[in-house]
Amino acid sequence: MSACIFAISEQIEGAFRKVSFEAVSEGRRLADGLGLPLVAAVIGSGVEEAAEALGRYGADRILLADRPELADYSTEAYVRILAECIRQEQPSVVLLGATAQGKDLAARLSARIDAPLAMDATGIRLDGEQWVAARPMYGGKIIAEVILEGNPPIAALRPNALRIEEKEGESRMEKIDVDPGPIQVKTVDKTLETGKIELTEADIVVSGGRGMGGSDYTVVEALAEALGAAVGASRSAVDEGWRPHADQVGQTGKVVSPNLYIACGISGAIQHLAGMSTSKVIVAVNKDPEAPIFAKADYGVVGDLFEIVPLITEEAKKLRG
Amino acid sequence: MLPGPGARKEKNVDIVVLLKQVPATESLIQVADDGVSIKTEELKWVINPYDEFAVEEALRIREAQGGSVTVLSVGTDKAVEAIRTALAMGADTGVLVNDPAALGKGALATARVLAAAVKQIPFDLVIAGQRAVDADQFQVGPAVAEYLRIPNVSMVIKTELLDGSIRCHRTIEGGTVVVESPLPMLFTTQRGLNEPRYASLPGIMKAKKKPLETKTLADFGLDAGALEGPTARIRALSPPAERGGGRIIEGESAAEKAAALVKALHEEAKVI
Ligand SMILES: Cc1cc2nc3c(=O)[nH]c(=O)nc-3n(C[C@H](O)[C@H](O)[C@H](O)COP(=O)(O)OP(=O)(O)OC[C@H]3O[C@@H](n4cnc5c(N)ncnc54)[C@H](O)[C@@H]3O)c2cc1C
Ligand SMILES: Nc1ncnc2c1ncn2[C@@H]1O[C@H](COP(=O)(O)O)[C@@H](O)[C@H]1O
Repeated sequence: MSACIFAISEQIEGAFRKVSFEAVSEGRRLADGLGLPLVAAVIGSGVEEAAEALGRYGADRILLADRPELADYSTEAYVRILAECIRQEQPSVVLLGATAQGKDLAARLSARIDAPLAMDATGIRLDGEQWVAARPMYGGKIIAEVILEGNPPIAALRPNALRIEEKEGESRMEKIDVDPGPIQVKTVDKTLETGKIELTEADIVVSGGRGMGGSDYTVVEALAEALGAAVGASRSAVDEGWRPHADQVGQTGKVVSPNLYIACGISGAIQHLAGMSTSKVIVAVNKDPEAPIFAKADYGVVGDLFEIVPLITEEAKKLRG
Repeated sequence: MLPGPGARKEKNVDIVVLLKQVPATESLIQVADDGVSIKTEELKWVINPYDEFAVEEALRIREAQGGSVTVLSVGTDKAVEAIRTALAMGADTGVLVNDPAALGKGALATARVLAAAVKQIPFDLVIAGQRAVDADQFQVGPAVAEYLRIPNVSMVIKTELLDGSIRCHRTIEGGTVVVESPLPMLFTTQRGLNEPRYASLPGIMKAKKKPLETKTLADFGLDAGALEGPTARIRALSPPAERGGGRIIEGESAAEKAAALVKALHEEAKVI
């Protein structure tokens, strides 16, 4: 018997990850289709006010585990609390965002409650009696349709893959008091870059590759700023030490699916494409008309990026007033 | 400074590295005729890149602290190459679980087998890749930790061994978190952790004589039935929707091209 759709949210210092709203919105759509309530879980410390936001995306009930020792993510504590909530709620399906934390949580939770998991899923639906998810494999070179055998199926949703939808309606906050148990792994320090748009959440990404020729990314950064975009890089640029690892897009970096991806001075190696080929629109700026990236780009501009990109920035600024 | 040969080490750390052999990342991946697997004939196989970071980190910890590095893999005969490569890099021992009943049952089943195998090896630390770049599941590491009932930390870019514990810097979106975990524990790797060394020629020669044990499920008191369970079973594989090459923006000058591009992005694609 399934009693609800269950969405796990992720907040850091009171700010939700965008993908949490995507998961709750998708949960709402599934719940409506099945005539089930949507239950959303929030774990943290001092996050009661922030938690109310989930109601705007259609959560009927918000389960809040709020304790000082839950201020920082802990695999142990979060898994223990969520396993207990899931045991009580008997959900038909569990959704969460496939962020760094979400993946860690989903993987260990699936083992704890012996449930099937579709990691980094781009969609999930009920097909007859079976829950079926779509997920990329081999760095996006293959799309798998997987049947989730077992209960309850867990889908960790790829950021930026599903639509956020606001919903009118009442939601009820319920405080839950599950003992998080002993926490062995202690957070001792944390550095968060504030004000920076997260690559995996960004609507627009502007990336620079080896064609940048050095660590001066001013032209790319200026375009990103004009568009409200995040800045990415190819692995070559990262290997050269021009950009931090966190900026790497590709098979061994981050996978991004923005509305617009602008590749500047990037040749389009298969490992790079693996990280950005699900972008809705791809633009390539490259001085080599034979560069493989052009075969994947919706719009290509052949030319020197140091000449072209500043002009694009100017035009974009005009447009945005 | 690394201690020289014979120097007293801080404290021995016994490490198990979970290593999977996967198709090289530059491979062309095609769906096989059965529709649920991929064509393997022409593939070049390598150590999963994230597991290479794991081997390297294990070697560095052993070099600084003393101890041992065991490489453990569930795979077919072919995986011997990957284990030998890790031994040539400097790992001490290899264990291959080679049993058809252990394959193709999904991440949790693989994790059960690995956990059963790890239990037979003395360990302080287990290191796994954050994901294997074949199925990209990001699941086996934390699941092994769950079955071993030890803590786990994901996506680590820096480690510092302390007395009886380990400090790990792990990456999250937009930041880094530093955590401390008691040993034994398991962590998974993230790019940036280290630059894996190449196997040297003497290393390759030595690797041929290093112990490489082969085991089956029976060695762990497991059988095929014990591995049945919840899984994400593949119903169909397909290539992603083909991205048709779009169009090259033409123009007399760079300025004209830039203006035409922005116009197209605004009016046609409606993304800015
Ligand atoms: C195991 C493995 C994993 C990998 N993972 C990744 C990954 O996650 N991400 C990734 O990106 N790569 C990855 N790679 C590396 C990948 O194979 C390529 O080497 C890399 O993507 C190339 O980066 P690039 O396009 O910036 O450089 P290059 O291939 O050198 O291309 C530079 C391009 O810039 C153009 N250019 C130069 N100057 C200018 C200019 N002034 N104006 C305009 N254009 C210019 C050139 O025409 C060229 O096309 C991986 C490789 C391996 C083996
Ligand atoms: N068959 C296997 N043998 C050994 N280790 C594995 C195997 N499958 C997965 N792993 C380990 O688990 C990590 C994550 O794999 P996955 O969950 O499949 O993405 C890999 O990087 C390996 O360290």
